[in-house]
Amino acid sequence: MSRILLLVELKGGNDGLNTLVPYADAKYRELRPAIGVPRERVIQLDEKVGLHEKLLPLMESWKAGDLAIVQGVGYPYPNRSHFRSIEIWDTASASNQTLSEGWIARSFQGVSLPKGAGVDCIVADTNALPSTGPELRTIVMQDAENFLRQAQNLKDAQGMGDGGNPALRHLLAVRHEINAAAAGLRDKLRAAASPAEAYGQEFLLGRQLDVATRVITSKVPVVAIKVALGGFDTHANQAPTQERLLAYLASSLATLRHNLIAAGRWNDVVVMTYSEFGRRARQNASAGTDHGTAAPQFVMGGGVKGGLHGAYPSLHDLQDGDLKHTVDFRSVFATVAQGCWGLQRDYGLRQPQKLDFLA
Amino acid sequence: MAFPLSRRGFVGGIAALSTGLWSASPARAAATMDFDEARHLLSRTSFGATPAEIHAFEQLDYTAAVDRLLGNVRRTAGTPGPQWLNQGPAEVRRQQQAAEAQRKDGVDGRKLEIVRPIQEQGRELKNWWIEEMLATDQPLVERMVLFWHNHFTSSMLKVRYAPALFRQNALFRREALGNYATLLKEVARDPAMLIYLDGMRSVARQPNENFARELLELFTLGEGHYTEADIKAAARAFTGWSVNRETGQFVERQGQHDDGEKTFLGKTSRFGGDEILATLLAHPRTAETVVQKMWLEFVSLKPDPVEVKRLAADFRRGGYEIKPLVRAMLLSPAFRDPANRGALIKSPVDLIVGSVHMLGLPVPEKTGLVRMLQGLGQVPFDPPNVKGWLGGESWITTYTLLLRQQFLRRMIEATTVASMEGGMMMAPRPNRRADRKQQIAGEDSTMQMQMAERRPVEGRSLRNAGVEVRLGPTLTDVDSATLVRTLLPRQPIDSVDASGPPGAAVAAAMLDTAYQLK
Repeated sequence: MSRILLLVELKGGNDGLNTLVPYADAKYRELRPAIGVPRERVIQLDEKVGLHEKLLPLMESWKAGDLAIVQGVGYPYPNRSHFRSIEIWDTASASNQTLSEGWIARSFQGVSLPKGAGVDCIVADTNALPSTGPELRTIVMQDAENFLRQAQNLKDAQGMGDGGNPALRHLLAVRHEINAAAAGLRDKLRAAASPAEAYGQEFLLGRQLDVATRVITSKVPVVAIKVALGGFDTHANQAPTQERLLAYLASSLATLRHNLIAAGRWNDVVVMTYSEFGRRARQNASAGTDHGTAAPQFVMGGGVKGGLHGAYPSLHDLQDGDLKHTVDFRSVFATVAQGCWGLQRDYGLRQPQKLDFLA
Repeated sequence: MAFPLSRRGFVGGIAALSTGLWSASPARAAATMDFDEARHLLSRTSFGATPAEIHAFEQLDYTAAVDRLLGNVRRTAGTPGPQWLNQGPAEVRRQQQAAEAQRKDGVDGRKLEIVRPIQEQGRELKNWWIEEMLATDQPLVERMVLFWHNHFTSSMLKVRYAPALFRQNALFRREALGNYATLLKEVARDPAMLIYLDGMRSVARQPNENFARELLELFTLGEGHYTEADIKAAARAFTGWSVNRETGQFVERQGQHDDGEKTFLGKTSRFGGDEILATLLAHPRTAETVVQKMWLEFVSLKPDPVEVKRLAADFRRGGYEIKPLVRAMLLSPAFRDPANRGALIKSPVDLIVGSVHMLGLPVPEKTGLVRMLQGLGQVPFDPPNVKGWLGGESWITTYTLLLRQQFLRRMIEATTVASMEGGMMMAPRPNRRADRKQQIAGEDSTMQMQMAERRPVEGRSLRNAGVEVRLGPTLTDVDSATLVRTLLPRQPIDSVDASGPPGAAVAAAMLDTAYQLK
């Protein structure tokens, strides 16, 4: 069984506490007197936590049992710098370790993929780090037509010798890769039907999901696709910004679900959100929140076992004012690697935690 | 006749360059260079060389040429630094907070975008360096500054205090071709480095290992030549080296220093930071680490281990003088081996700064160039992580190769076409623009699409330079064959018509895959 992983990066550090709200905990109101989500604006999922009301469009998936929420995801010795922390996630490294290869690429070490399609990964935003590495052929493509046009300008130079020059060999190989990808994508993408339901266009994510939907429905055999939604770095006056983003995210993912169900592809896709970090438990003086640690991840798909997974971090046991993670993100990745690609990976963890959101 | 810009004009064109042009003749016994060797030397020691620059060198004896490159080294920048150099970190932070506090809500409830002093200083800092790279008469020094920046990385994203990064750059400039031991000792006390690798927070009670780890792994010994215990010992030795929060200057806080006994690389004593550095400089691996990196920068993607050891031994014995090392490397048989011409991949800085220099493009505002560098993955003062830019093959991915072509098209367009205003005012060839439009429509739909698209600002700075530019002064009155030989380090990959008009030859050569090599 192989499934396509659709990664949704939430750039800037999404505030997990106001996404999956521990509404029943009095400590939550104490920490967030101004920006806490009032109980009546929380969609209760169980007796302790609930979704921000702006995430209502996700409830269809929740009720259908194909939305899993992994709670308290983070890593030890958290880094609070945006660029460093996203690098830790994207390369599945330890906090004090710098890796240059992405975690998806590393997952495929020693695996031979069928070369037919000419491309293994499509990145529709600009951060391609998760799939960067020699194992995967990645194409960054915000706009399919634009990519195909540019590729056409760089005609294949096959048969051209590199004269034993490794730099030239690499250049020609990349050039060939572009051409092979364009060849593999051109006919399929041009023939792909428009998504049944159109995506909202307020943010770039809509266009990116449109590309993703066409890739998936036209059965280009990729292992992963990546999209992103930015703007989550809410240091000041957080509520209006985060609410707009959450509402857009939820409606876009609901649309995606409808489109993939309509195309009969929902069972073949796993959608997973992630963000470089959550935010501090206590609000700051500007009605915002500063960089923090653990946060929940959403995982959706026809093969996903819905419900809450992992444990919500305690608000009564903070570390320097931050949530202590209860699930290492590398355990989530390990579950995804198994569930999407049938690969057993530990990403350097001695004993990845068993999570059962994906069979 | 008009300049055909589309590649259709020369792909499979009339007279492809004769294969003999780049044929690798063995390094001759006579000391004088030929055009191709002069080009090679300059392509590795500057940011792109014009025909005139190459001609000036080809008259010289090779050793004399290398010595000229290394003579009279200037140790300061020519471009005046930004205004805010004397601001302390506390003051910059106060300005940032003041700017944030004045932010207003827009009509849609979103905060209006504001100019944040920290980010604005970062922008000015990057522009300043690009300006210096373009203006300098000593490109080799500039290359070395960039080399040391990539060796001792610090990033604006983390440091968030531009004056310290400017001063770090001044240090790299002072010692660009100076002395590595001096450089290492100064870097360990450098405020930008102390902020970047958390040294300023490292105190006896809670030593931070970041700097110590990178010191051993990246700056000196390299992985596999030390243990975790050595890192811990070194971290303790540097405790107390910090930064004054008001002035931004280095300060040694005796009270925070761990004066206890440490065991470092097998020796036990009450080491301080300077003793750790001395121990590392006495270790043969340190010179090898530096020479290895320098080989990848100047010679080829495949360092020769025997040569690296030889050069490193001389480097260490010579007291870490950098100039003799660079000289030895440029005079080495490997550097001069014709097989190594075109054996390196241009970095984004090589590509963008080099192309602007070579074409003589007027670019008054540098932000557009920095944006291009960002797209291609090399923003000065913002290396991706502590390891710096990986370089080599990693510069070229399916994404960056297409982006490189796109940026080059943009520059070609700026070079061969009158800008709107300039063309209207000067109108030296009234029909040229119309001619070109027709050609574009017929022959190159991509370019038309790109022009029709909403363009990011980077294109504008070149196109609106306000000067009527065909080929800039750097390339006028040069025949097509020489232009192609100037632009490409080896035979073109696709056929380039070197007998056609010069503008077309330049465009074709720059879009040829071989242009990505140096």
